[in-house]
Amino acid sequence: MANTPKGQNEVIFHSIHLPESWKLANYLSVGGYDALKKVLAEKMPPDEIINQLKISALRGRGGAGFPTGLKWSFMPRNYEGDKYLVCNSDEGEPGTFKDRDIIRYNPHQLIEGMIIGGYTLGAKVGYNYIHGEIWEAYERFEEALDEARAAGLLGRNILGSGLDFDIHAHHGFGAYVCGEETALLESIEGKKGQPRFKPPFPASFGLYGKPTTINNTETLASIPYIVKHGGQKFLELGKPNNGGTKIFSVSGHVNSPGNFEVAMGTPFSELLAMAGGVRGGRKLKAVIPGGSSVPVLPGEIMMQLTMDYDSIAQAGSYLGAGSVIVMDDTVCMVRALERLSYFYFEESCGQCTPCREGTGWLYRIIHRIEHGLGRPEDLDLLDSVAGNISGRTICALGDAAAMPVQGMLKHFRHEFEHHIQHKKCMV
Amino acid sequence: MLNIEIDGKQLTVEPGTTIIDAADAAGIYIPRFCYHKKLSVAANCRMCLVQVEKAPKPMPACATPVTDGMKVMTRSETALKAQKAVMEFLLVNHPLDCPICDQGGECQLQDLAVGYGMGNSRYAEEKRVVLNKNIGPLISTDMTRCIHCTRCVRFGQEIAGIMEMGQIGRGEHSEITTFIESSIGSELSGNIIDLCPVGALTSKPFRYSARGWELTTRPSISPHDGLGANLAVETKNNRVFRVLPRDNEEINECWLSDKDRFAYEGLNSPERLQRPMVKRYGEWRECDWPEALEAVAGGLKRVRTENGDAQIGALASPHATVEELYLLQKLMHGIGSGNVDHRLRQSDFSADANLQGAPWLGMAIAELEKLDSVLVVGSTLRADHPLLAHRLRQAVKRGAQLNLINPVDDDLLCNVANKAIVAPDAMVQALDQVRRALAGSESSPESTVLSPEMPYGTQHSIALAIAASLRQGERKAVLLGNLAQHHPRYAELHALAQQVAELAGAKLGFLGEAANSVGACLAGAVPGNDGMNAGKMVEDPRRAYILLGVEAELDSYNPARILAALQSAQLVVALSPYKHHALDYAHVLLPVAPFSETSGTFVSTEGRAQSFSAAVKPLGETRPAWKVLRVLGNLMELPGFDYESSEQVRAEALHGDLSAKLNNQLKAPVAKPVGAAAGGLQRIGEVPMYHADSIVRRATALQKTAAAGMPAATMNGETLDRAGVAEGTDVIVRQGAGSVVLKAVRDDRLPNDCVRVPAGHPATAMLGGMLDEIVVGRAG
Repeated sequence: MANTPKGQNEVIFHSIHLPESWKLANYLSVGGYDALKKVLAEKMPPDEIINQLKISALRGRGGAGFPTGLKWSFMPRNYEGDKYLVCNSDEGEPGTFKDRDIIRYNPHQLIEGMIIGGYTLGAKVGYNYIHGEIWEAYERFEEALDEARAAGLLGRNILGSGLDFDIHAHHGFGAYVCGEETALLESIEGKKGQPRFKPPFPASFGLYGKPTTINNTETLASIPYIVKHGGQKFLELGKPNNGGTKIFSVSGHVNSPGNFEVAMGTPFSELLAMAGGVRGGRKLKAVIPGGSSVPVLPGEIMMQLTMDYDSIAQAGSYLGAGSVIVMDDTVCMVRALERLSYFYFEESCGQCTPCREGTGWLYRIIHRIEHGLGRPEDLDLLDSVAGNISGRTICALGDAAAMPVQGMLKHFRHEFEHHIQHKKCMV
Repeated sequence: MLNIEIDGKQLTVEPGTTIIDAADAAGIYIPRFCYHKKLSVAANCRMCLVQVEKAPKPMPACATPVTDGMKVMTRSETALKAQKAVMEFLLVNHPLDCPICDQGGECQLQDLAVGYGMGNSRYAEEKRVVLNKNIGPLISTDMTRCIHCTRCVRFGQEIAGIMEMGQIGRGEHSEITTFIESSIGSELSGNIIDLCPVGALTSKPFRYSARGWELTTRPSISPHDGLGANLAVETKNNRVFRVLPRDNEEINECWLSDKDRFAYEGLNSPERLQRPMVKRYGEWRECDWPEALEAVAGGLKRVRTENGDAQIGALASPHATVEELYLLQKLMHGIGSGNVDHRLRQSDFSADANLQGAPWLGMAIAELEKLDSVLVVGSTLRADHPLLAHRLRQAVKRGAQLNLINPVDDDLLCNVANKAIVAPDAMVQALDQVRRALAGSESSPESTVLSPEMPYGTQHSIALAIAASLRQGERKAVLLGNLAQHHPRYAELHALAQQVAELAGAKLGFLGEAANSVGACLAGAVPGNDGMNAGKMVEDPRRAYILLGVEAELDSYNPARILAALQSAQLVVALSPYKHHALDYAHVLLPVAPFSETSGTFVSTEGRAQSFSAAVKPLGETRPAWKVLRVLGNLMELPGFDYESSEQVRAEALHGDLSAKLNNQLKAPVAKPVGAAAGGLQRIGEVPMYHADSIVRRATALQKTAAAGMPAATMNGETLDRAGVAEGTDVIVRQGAGSVVLKAVRDDRLPNDCVRVPAGHPATAMLGGMLDEIVVGRAG
């Protein structure tokens, strides 16, 4: 490609060109752990670190986009007793696959970010909850932890500074709902992975009932950059309120699927080009821009958008975790939705009523339509059931199940109607 | 205080209050399923969603704390839309089987569906079916009806102290179940029937027998343990169909023990005695009341003239009412005999002369929950007092220290700070060590003389730890349980406990064994001047006995001995609701009413007198015992037997300030010198939960539970070895002339040289004293 896209591999994947980029020596060779050394040498006040995060406009990379600086400021400052930092690497939504690559190719940057987090938040222990279906990433992370401990970068009295902080990797068991932060805490505690109702929020009652901050892998891995270069530089990589770079996981009907770290605000068309364009040169039909839980957008709308929280939200969907699922004109939207709805039906934890009963109901209606047993009243019913789930559940899984249905009906209702009328696909 | 508004109503509430509590207090009903005032908040049913001003989404009222200025709308369009949507979701997989569901008519889901459900269902897909579980003889399951509110799960974790129910699986496939085909063993399990808002968990004994609306509810009081649980006895066609709790925060809260809930089946037992019976020339025959009463009066008169008044003795059950016990002792005193007692399982009466009142809990029941430190001496707590054990568990949860001196180490389902598990005889020593430690005379371990078989170091350090525990905190108690009260050295335990309590600044209390243990003392059912106590009346047999509600071989400390005494008597009159073993030794059987068929009063262990009326008419020719005793008084030509009502009897029996008559302090609290321990094996003969009284013994469903299983001879490994018997084999256990073959069971938590053999059970009714020496040998 002639021009390097803005911000490409600037923050997270800056060592990706090195062989065995995950080794400590290689990370050190590109200035790894400089940020930590700076924090410890200068005894940077935690407030200053949080301030830099606020300036950077770093927003939670797990999907919700909550400002990280603000989240860190919620942690009680003068709390007597244990506090925890938890990294959420429980990446389980269809279309998401960025966190596993961060752990695979640059685990030390995550470790460094977590240590700075421990320092800032006053936590002595951190956990990294790694999704159950990525065992290799878990093993690599454990190796990185060993390396860091051996180098005096992790554990007691880090680099002779008197700071104590250790990290435990926790391998999950593949339940999607454990990516919900409080279900994740329950799972670490050894209980059935079910979300807690909030309030109380984890900042006051988190892991083992102690104040806890939970951040996504990519969020934490961005911290060293911000500390090293300042929040302003990070902000300028992206656009206002959408600072930094973002890893976009492009999958589906593209020629070269994969992870692409580019600046926030990069036009979707550019990202699509980086992924080699639509497979076989076919027509772009639709894109799910942020992981399977967000509403689908028609291709022509997507081509007008830039990849950042605000732009996508204005178009009626969400940037989510930046998991871009591309669909060409061979896709039957009924079948696609059937598959998506099956996922949420299967992954609902069963705790609260609307999600437990509603996800099965949605799936069964769509399954009927797909199999030629649809009824004219089904589409209004689908919309109504999805509407009755959203906003009424303990966690966001209910919304995640409802949004794809609502998005599909909004933009592709005619395909569903065709299916019901003709008992077959229109594509 | 915060000012809020709910449905336009201005309210002032405490900070930390949830919307649902604020609404409940203001009389505004918000629909709910998972919320329960006694359980933690789960917020999973979502039925209580309400609209809160400025909140983008409807909020669960059960889990949302109020904030100042909050405006809540429980019936706005947004709120109703959310509530109706949740109701629809609850119903999509709920079977439409109300006509055959036992919960019908008293089902929360059914009730709320009327208000929030649609006339017909939009759900046209296949419905979920969940396999039922067999979770034991008490609770019937229809898990397809379950709405996953998890009340039963939380009850187990938070109240019963044991998580026997849980939710497995995910999503629509999640199920509430026990752990891999296990039954429910908690002594409080029946409460999950009440908690279940649908018909998933219903009462097995009651199942398919009646509809809620056909039943008449009569308030009553539990006749079982000393708690005095408030009951709602539900009847139809003059028969008790089921028993439910009546809320009373100070006593049973909204709970009932399984014994209180399911024992009613014993009221309808085929063993009920329905007509008086007399034995003539060795033959039993039914007769009418005049004949039977004449036979009693004539017989008693004969003994009086031929053998003297003192040859007549009366033994009464502490489950009898105040009125019955009062008239019994009045009858005895009228006859001229002070031989009356209700303490049949007591063996040591040597403190009697020093008693200053009726022994009681020493505090209100609710106070147990607020204790900081407590020492329980000699109790199978969960079996004997299920809901007192629950109160202590809540105290421990709150940070209280529970200490124990006991011969058995049954799981109390909570942390026990310090426990001395010692042979019954060594309990005295252990308690004395605590006393010395508190008195400061026990600074160095060398100063105690211990018997050789006691593990000195550990035992002593435990005593020091118990003493240290009792020194700390504000609210403290020393409680003597049933086993302490049955103990052959009860007087010493009492005296020591009194000193320990005094030194620690703790209250001294007794866990009342029976519904009317306190009331029996207040009614005077204890030996009068020169009268004989229960032990003496057995040791030195009388010519005539009147038994009130007593099943001698099951209700006494030493069944072999009391049977011998009764069999040698010239006249035994048994007043009982049941035709029982008395057929072997009695001469007249008089059918008297159980608690459900008479009015009366029980004074609970906290000294609370609670009166009740009959729930149903007496069965057959049965008569309330107080009326029988009144007529007997008349026939014996005694003055003052002209009562028109049980209230008159009560007024006479319980006059004045009751609290002044409750007193746990011995006049001269000096312990006898601690004696040497007995040699040989010692029996630990506690009474199993469902064999404690004559009603519960006949409750068929309770008798099918594991807790009512066949008694075994349980020993630790060392004792088994020394007795030369193997675990799992049949062994012969012998006390005096009585012997029985039981299965040997190993339990290494028991102290050395002890054999746990339950009492109060027909299988062990030929044995001797509950805590006396016992011999174990190979069977065959």
